[in-house]
Amino acid sequence: MNTPALRLAVVLLLLSAALTLLGVCVGSAGFEDLLGPLLQRQADAEQSALAAQIVWDIRLPRTLGAWTAGALLGLAGAVAQGLFRNPLADPYLLGSASGAALGVALALLAMGGAAGMLGGMMMSAGNTFSVYSGSLLVRLGLTGAAFVGAMLAVLLTLVLSRGVQHTLRLLLAGVVVGVVLGAATQLVLLFSPESLQAMQSFMLGSTAFADWAACGLMGVVWLLGVAIAWALGRVLDGLSLGETTARSLGMPVASIRMALVGVLAIATGTAVAQTGLIAFVGLAAPHLVRSVVRTGYRWLIVLASLMGAVLLMAADVLARWLIAPQELPVGVVTAVLGGAYLLWLMRRNAVAQGAA
Amino acid sequence: MQWRKGLLDMSGPTASVALLAQQLKVSLAGRPVLHGLDISIAAGQWTSIVGPNGAGKSTVLKALAGLLPSAGYVALLGQPLHSLPARTRALHMAWLGQNESTGDDLRVWDVAMLGRLPHQSWLGATSPADHAAVEQALRATQAWDWRERALGQLSAGERQRVLLARALAVQAQVLLMDEPLANLDPPHQADWLELVRALVKQGRTVVSVLHEISMALHADTMVVMAQGRIAHHGPCADAQTHRAVEQVFDQRLAIHALAGQWVALPSNI
Repeated sequence: MNTPALRLAVVLLLLSAALTLLGVCVGSAGFEDLLGPLLQRQADAEQSALAAQIVWDIRLPRTLGAWTAGALLGLAGAVAQGLFRNPLADPYLLGSASGAALGVALALLAMGGAAGMLGGMMMSAGNTFSVYSGSLLVRLGLTGAAFVGAMLAVLLTLVLSRGVQHTLRLLLAGVVVGVVLGAATQLVLLFSPESLQAMQSFMLGSTAFADWAACGLMGVVWLLGVAIAWALGRVLDGLSLGETTARSLGMPVASIRMALVGVLAIATGTAVAQTGLIAFVGLAAPHLVRSVVRTGYRWLIVLASLMGAVLLMAADVLARWLIAPQELPVGVVTAVLGGAYLLWLMRRNAVAQGAA
Repeated sequence: MQWRKGLLDMSGPTASVALLAQQLKVSLAGRPVLHGLDISIAAGQWTSIVGPNGAGKSTVLKALAGLLPSAGYVALLGQPLHSLPARTRALHMAWLGQNESTGDDLRVWDVAMLGRLPHQSWLGATSPADHAAVEQALRATQAWDWRERALGQLSAGERQRVLLARALAVQAQVLLMDEPLANLDPPHQADWLELVRALVKQGRTVVSVLHEISMALHADTMVVMAQGRIAHHGPCADAQTHRAVEQVFDQRLAIHALAGQWVALPSNI
């Protein structure tokens, strides 16, 4: 049993619990004591009901949505870095991000003005609730389009790279698909400038749209992904000693790679469909874990998931708190926070190496 | 477990030949590297493969291990290699490659335990036999004390010993090693020599590609290669073998007897 890994897992779970409480209490008026009226029976019945509604219908699903989306991105990041044996690999590198963006752009084009509400939602978190119920149809459409777009883009990448035998070819195909689909997205937006604002909120990422159904879906996908990745974890360890060594140990490298690409694509596609393109969580989470414990892929994948979840949850709380009642796009917060922390890590390691 | 049925029958007449290749051809990136080799590696012996750079030594080793697409016939312990399930092959033939490792975050113990993968199901827990094999392998390469450390915290030579332990932990009948002495200092090269001799004494077959001719001359048998062909295959103590080695290196080295050993020295000094 790997004690440092277990310790980190417990710390991350405790942080998750603390951030859930905080996430429930932070809203358009900054920190609000909603739990007080909720827990005190003697309190004003009307106030208590309102608090319960805000907590159960909006803040809790949103907070847990941030957790599950972050967990999916952390999982996908760890799998991508193991699969490509490249510390710079991130969940979006098989073209899923640009595919999802194109899907959303096309859906916005098809839906016309109705989708404009989505953009409005980002700007005024205060009346999120009223917009929320009205945009349900639109949102379902966009979520589906994003997921289908992400999956089709990964399939296109696989076709272009003629399978998964050559990881470099796979990476290059992913880059090509990303560039071409990105250009197509820009073209679509050129013809429907009214969807630009909604598109921007998707590109920056937001946890505001997560409801219970989204949480459930992401949770199930996450559990499945972790189970598969755990089963293949030792094979990823073997692959990290080199492909020839892995094959000499009797591992069916090609089919395992295919399974891992599947986990990567579905985890990323699900997260992107629910929360848009959240930057940096998938790239940074595995590195943050590695800076604390050195471990094989089984634990790395679990811990990177928890790290991604905590990262995105913390970013979500900050995004709602910092300029309340306005709200920052959560993707901006993850990029700034994650980038700063990674830079600090690099500096610390450089100093440590210089001293040695 | 199902794969146990695949265990090879080690008795009978096939047991004297560990690896057999006939008309073995390999092309890399469209260029023919091996031009139809016939080779027969005796079981229970240490065979070393030598030759100048680009002679095809590593390619032969990889083709014998079934790790390269090749044409021709290869048999492992009497069974056609292409018809063996990958897992059965992995149980009977262990491989130590040339420095391709990047697994810096893995613990030494976990690296050695990867050698037990052919014995395990992916989800199954490790058995007491796995633990015993890993401990034995780590002690044999004197890597036991670092078992809790990460591979990335070790020097190149220490890392090589861990990777050697990983190959030993398979406890395979046949052990193929490509440049196993890379990064090892002279005392640990001597330890490696002792280890190989102990393995051979247990009846294992060892095949190694070695750059250092003096080390390679400690083997039982030597395969001398040049330009994708076998120039000579004979006992290491044989003068004919020595002449073949000198010839493929364009007479730029000479093999001398020194203190009861064969030593290869540059011939122009």
